[in-house]
Amino acid sequence: MLWEALTLQLGYNATLVAIGATLLGVSAGVTGTFLFLRKRALVSDAISHATLPGVCLAFMVLVAFGGDGRNLIGLLAGSAMSAWIGLLCMNWLTRHTRLAEDAAIGAVLSVFFGFGIVLLTVIQTMGVGRQAGLEGFLLGSTAGMLWADALVIAIGGAATLVLVMIIRRPMTMVAFDPEFAAARGLPVHRIDLAMMGLVMAVTVVGLKIVGLILIVALLIIPPVTARFWTDRSDRVVLIAGLAGGLAGYLGAALSALAPNLPTGPIIVLVSFGFFALSLLLAPVRGVLAAVLRHLRFQRRVHIRQGLLALAQGQKIYEPLTIRLLRRAGAVRADGVATEAGKSRAAKALRDEKRWEIVRADQAHEATAALYNGLRDIETVLTQDQIAEIDRRIGGPQEVTP
Amino acid sequence: MSGEEFVPLSLTPLLIGTFAAIACALPGNFLVLRKQALIGDAISHVVLPGIVVAFLLTGAISTWPMMLGAAGAAVVAVVMIEAIRRLGQIEPGAAMGVVFTTMFAGGVLLLEQTDTSTVHLDVEHALYGNLESLIWLDATGWSSLLDVQALAGLPPELPRIALTLTGVILFTWLFWRPLKISTFDEGFARTIGIRTGALGLALVITAAIAAVAAFDAVGSIIVIAMFICPPSAARMMTNRLETQIVWSVIFATVSAVSGYVLAGYGPLWLGAADAVSAAGMIATISGLILALTAALGPCRARTGAPSHA
Repeated sequence: MLWEALTLQLGYNATLVAIGATLLGVSAGVTGTFLFLRKRALVSDAISHATLPGVCLAFMVLVAFGGDGRNLIGLLAGSAMSAWIGLLCMNWLTRHTRLAEDAAIGAVLSVFFGFGIVLLTVIQTMGVGRQAGLEGFLLGSTAGMLWADALVIAIGGAATLVLVMIIRRPMTMVAFDPEFAAARGLPVHRIDLAMMGLVMAVTVVGLKIVGLILIVALLIIPPVTARFWTDRSDRVVLIAGLAGGLAGYLGAALSALAPNLPTGPIIVLVSFGFFALSLLLAPVRGVLAAVLRHLRFQRRVHIRQGLLALAQGQKIYEPLTIRLLRRAGAVRADGVATEAGKSRAAKALRDEKRWEIVRADQAHEATAALYNGLRDIETVLTQDQIAEIDRRIGGPQEVTP
Repeated sequence: MSGEEFVPLSLTPLLIGTFAAIACALPGNFLVLRKQALIGDAISHVVLPGIVVAFLLTGAISTWPMMLGAAGAAVVAVVMIEAIRRLGQIEPGAAMGVVFTTMFAGGVLLLEQTDTSTVHLDVEHALYGNLESLIWLDATGWSSLLDVQALAGLPPELPRIALTLTGVILFTWLFWRPLKISTFDEGFARTIGIRTGALGLALVITAAIAAVAAFDAVGSIIVIAMFICPPSAARMMTNRLETQIVWSVIFATVSAVSGYVLAGYGPLWLGAADAVSAAGMIATISGLILALTAALGPCRARTGAPSHA
């Protein structure tokens, strides 16, 4: 059953939904990346909630002109219009009043959504039985997806992707350093608006599948996931697209398995699954990698301190240090140093003295900055330099009483 | 309208709406100033899974388990946001976005999996609330306000939200100075010995309690709107925090009352037969107030900013 779902053999509707969700996931992931890098991820929340009044108004207009209220293109056009107005309101509030961006986002989100709800209740009282589809835009409804709907989603998603590819360079520059971009003569404000416009396009396209509340997840989670794996923006875009597409595909396939598994939430949860995996397992920024890094560091500090203690003939009490030294073959079970341990300890003490000279010498200033108590001196100085330092330290001398 | 109709049908929803609006607007003032305005948004999304889990555990729609579930979910969300922000070194906005969308999706999924057809629990209800249904059937007129027997029939949401509002006012009043200082200058607040971390957390918890109590009565959309719109509008009117709080309370009250009245009677005046959603209308009115103050308010401009950026 699972295999059939993954290979798109669960019927026409399931196939349409899976293809649509995959395309949507890819374009949402790619577009959302720029928003995330610009540190404006929650703007998508305002944009998506601002689509609701547009959907309702479009429905009312369509019905008033005697058309079918559920015409997807009409509804999407309406939602795009009101989302754009919401976007302009938000921009105006942030630029021309003292409100910070988060307050502007929240104000637009709640007011537009509230107005949308008023319109929804108006539609309910219009008495036409045709409003059934509208609530679906809140959480997405894929049950009755038509070929034409899938086509709209596919074309919209593809067009968004192409546009992102065309203006990705200026968007990256604005995301990383808006002042520099402005100094280079880029119209920062217009590029920001274009970025928001693309997010709006993705939101509108995604209304049918995941609904306006959950589309935010597809715009935010894949880029955050991708950011764990790389530090290069072009790869973040690529990985976010992949993660989004995969989440869309898997989510749609899983939701086709049982009757009451709604597509939108499943896609979001799959996406969060990828995020959680990345948070734990990513090579450099992941939690596991950080824990391993910490443990390795801790081991190095303990061994170093243990060796220095051995060299100075001090007793070691710290159990972890003793265990590590024993495992390294530096001490025997009773805590007495082995031959290898003695020579390593002597080397450690000598290195410490060498560092002391280096750090006291102005000529070695750059090298001295690399001292952290753990670094082997051979990795930063040449043999000749070390020999010169050793000459300054001198050999063992008799102490006259 | 006579007392016989007004008291049973409109008085309690009006009071509940107003109390909820003020209870959210008060902490909202500080949240807006601290640039944490979207906490209300996050809380109102994560309340849904909390309520559904509470329903699954108790098997009934009863208030206290649900409030506990909602509060629990809010705490889980705050912890998750902090954990993701610190462990993953992700900016707070994105971390918030990851957490609240995921928890909301989980709530929707649980709701779809559960058989809730016998009870009144659905996503729409959570979003819009049901202010219009909080009527006081035992009242017969103004005299019922003095009638103990009739008072016992008050919708339970009213004493709850009144209690919450009292708590919020007490919190704001007791911690007024530390709150004010740490909101405007956190470093200075720390140097004079205010525990800013604990205070910030207390503010978020107060906001969460207000949000959950208001959510129970009026739905999440008013909660978000009231956290942000009245304080933002008040901010356009003045530079003093005390005055701002007064304005925000006025704006919250005006939105709640006029929103309810417009939703209930506006369509009738226009000749339509049915009322529209009061929650949505209250949010809309608060938005209109914000728009008005943003266009005309005496202190709307950012001081020191160029007049047209």
